Parts: sequence; structure tokens; C-alpha cells
Amino acid sequence: MKDVKVYGPGCKRCDATEAMVRQTAEMLGIELQVEKVSDYAAIAMAGVVSTPGISVDGKLVHAGGLPNAADLETWLQA
Amino acid sequence: MSLHAQGAPMGKQDQTSWGWHMGVVVFVVAWFLIYKQLLGFSEWLTGLLPVERASHAGDALAFFLYDTPKVIMLLTLIVFAMGVVRSFFSPEKTRAMLSGKREGAGNLMSASLGILTPFCSCSAVPLFIGFVSAGVPLGVTFSFLIAAPMVNEVALVLLFGLVGWKVAVTYLVFGLGIAIVAGWIIGRLHLEDWLQDWVKDIHMGAVATEIPDEKLTMVDRYQQGIASVKEIVGKVWVWVVVGISLGALIHGYVPENAMVKIMGSGAWWSVPVAVIMGIPMYTNAAGVIPIVEALLDKGAALGTVLAFMMSVIALSLPEMLILRKVLTFKLIAVFAGVVGSGILAVGFLFNMIF
Repeated sequence: MKDVKVYGPGCKRCDATEAMVRQTAEMLGIELQVEKVSDYAAIAMAGVVSTPGISVDGKLVHAGGLPNAADLETWLQA
Repeated sequence: MSLHAQGAPMGKQDQTSWGWHMGVVVFVVAWFLIYKQLLGFSEWLTGLLPVERASHAGDALAFFLYDTPKVIMLLTLIVFAMGVVRSFFSPEKTRAMLSGKREGAGNLMSASLGILTPFCSCSAVPLFIGFVSAGVPLGVTFSFLIAAPMVNEVALVLLFGLVGWKVAVTYLVFGLGIAIVAGWIIGRLHLEDWLQDWVKDIHMGAVATEIPDEKLTMVDRYQQGIASVKEIVGKVWVWVVVGISLGALIHGYVPENAMVKIMGSGAWWSVPVAVIMGIPMYTNAAGVIPIVEALLDKGAALGTVLAFMMSVIALSLPEMLILRKVLTFKLIAVFAGVVGSGILAVGFLFNMIF
């Protein structure tokens, strides 16, 4: 099972990103554990400067704005 | 709103991207053709309405019917272009460029990057921590945080479209100037101790990861441009319409020179009053500039009006409350004091020169 973290203090786009991750996973039939990280210190520690950020299995793959749908599929499938 | 890629099958990719290039060219050409016709069109439209063109109402209407489409068209074009340009920059790359930079040159670079790097005030806190923890000096970080909201394309477009290019350039130069100097001063004061304690702790640990570059094609960049038009113009147009309506009323009904006494260059106290009034006001450039333009037209002094505008945009109370999470009250006070003095100086300087 993949461990996905969505980093964001709780803005509209962060929620949208989380929903997008869940939807994509469902569409691809991948089992995920999605965690929303909203603590500023934890966000900064992960190296995310612009929110929302996404990490897959501890590796940061995206920061800033909504991810591209095609990219998201690649990250979740990798 | 999502950025779903067009999902072109392999081989057709080149064709799709040519389609996009052509589409952008056609859009720009059409834009210029329409833009040139706007004045004639608005006069014709005003002529159709049952009001005397020379009356107050006719004046106000003509102003509204010309300026609204003009500003919205300018915004659409520039926001699209900036969206494309910004796709080449990211806060992560900017941070890497700025980390370990000396003060002085660092402040200059940081303020300029503040214009180009995508930024929204909701990510001001992660950005602040991210910069400081990566070894970007505090003063250089502040230059970025001051320039990013203050000198933005929406403000510049509105100034250019409504007031003229000279004032727009002046705003750009002095906005950057304040960001550079204020950041430099804050750096000189060595206020690192005035950060919140938990921020200092992060400072000690290095930030681990770097994001691998997401590969963007030119088509992706165009799509980002379109996305920022949807987002920014979609949000801002209401303000533009409200602002221009108010501006139109001032144009049509407030007597010539009515503002000379209260906001003219003779009234020195009007500059500090304008700055103080601007702090609690939370609107954006789009709402404030049409009013600014109308006030200028009625005899308000340029310096006073610029000071008001900068204060509304750069010293906003909500943003200071957000920054409270990482900065102590003392540091926020210094920040507001330094930036406020800079704005005052610009206001007085302009009232003296013009």
C-alpha cells in the first residue's frame, strides 16, 4: 500500500488536491493511505515551500498548485 | 477547476502543440484588433442610450462603458502571459537561487523574483519557513514577501490602463525600491531572535528534499496561463466592475478640483492619513485603482494616492495575522514600521516632484 501525504495548511486548493489524489487512486484501483499534513513545521520540514505539496512513499513529487492529472497517475502508479 | 491535459495519443503530440501555438497567435491578433475598436464602440453604445452625452450621467456612462472592457481585456492578456512566464519559476527554484545569497545583491534579486514567482498569501507561512530554513537571510526573505504582493501584474495593468504608463513604471520602480531597502534594513537589524521559537528550531535542521523538475511542455505552460486567467480574472472582475462604477460616479458627479484641499499636494498630512487608512482596508489592486484614477482626475496629489494604494496592498492586516504564526509581535511591528516609512517617503517625494 502506498503512503501518500498531501501538505497544505487548509486552503481550498489543498482540499481539492486531496480529493484529486483519492479519486485518481480509485480510478486506477490503487490502494492508498492518504494523510493530510497541515502543521506548518511538518510542511516546512518536508521541503514544501508552496502548498499544496504531495509526497508518495516519503518522496516529494509535487509542490504548488493543483497537480497535472496525467502526472498524478504516473506518481501513483510508479 | 482542473488542469486536465488533453491526453493526446503519441504521434499526434506535435500536431496538438502546433494547434496550440496557432491558437495563441490568433488570440493575440484578435485581441489587438478588438482593443483598437473599444473607444469607438463605447462612444457608439453611449450614443444609443437615452442620456445626453454632455451631461454628468453621460460622462459617467461613457467612462464605465469604455474602461470596463478595456481593463478586463488588458488583464486577460497580461495575466495569461504572466501565467506562462511563471510556469518557468517556482518558489522551490527561487529558494534555491536565494539561499546563502549576501544581503544587498540578495535583496535586489529577491524582490525581482518576488514579481515572477507564483505566490498567494495563503502560502506565505510555508514559504517564509521554507526560505529561512534553507539559509535565505531574513532580510532577503522579507524583500521577497514585500515585493510579491505589492508589485503584481494586476496592479501594474490597472495603473497602465487607467492612469498611464508613467505612473505604472513609477509604481514598479518604487515598489521594488521599498521591498529592497526595507528588506535590507530588516536584515541589518539582525532580528533573527524575534522569530517564533519553533521556527528557529527548524532553522537548525536542514531541509531534506528537492523536487525533481516536473517536465512541462509549452502546451502545459499555455494551459497554466489559461488556468491563471480563470483564477485571477474570474476573481477580480467583480472588483474591477465595482471599482470602475465608483470611479465613474466620481468622474461624473464630483466637481473638478474637489479633492485639492483634502488630498492635494498642499495638504502634507494627507500622506500619513492615507497610509493609516490603507492598513485595515483589505481589497486588492483591482478595486482600488479605478477609484485612485478618479481621485487623481479630481485634483488629488499623485504621491498621496500612490501611498494609499501601496498601503492598502502591502500592509494588509489579514496578512500580518497570518505571519503572526512565524513572527513575534515585535518583528511584525518592525516590518510594518519599516515598510510604512518607505511608503510615506515615496508619498512625500512624489508630492514634491510632481
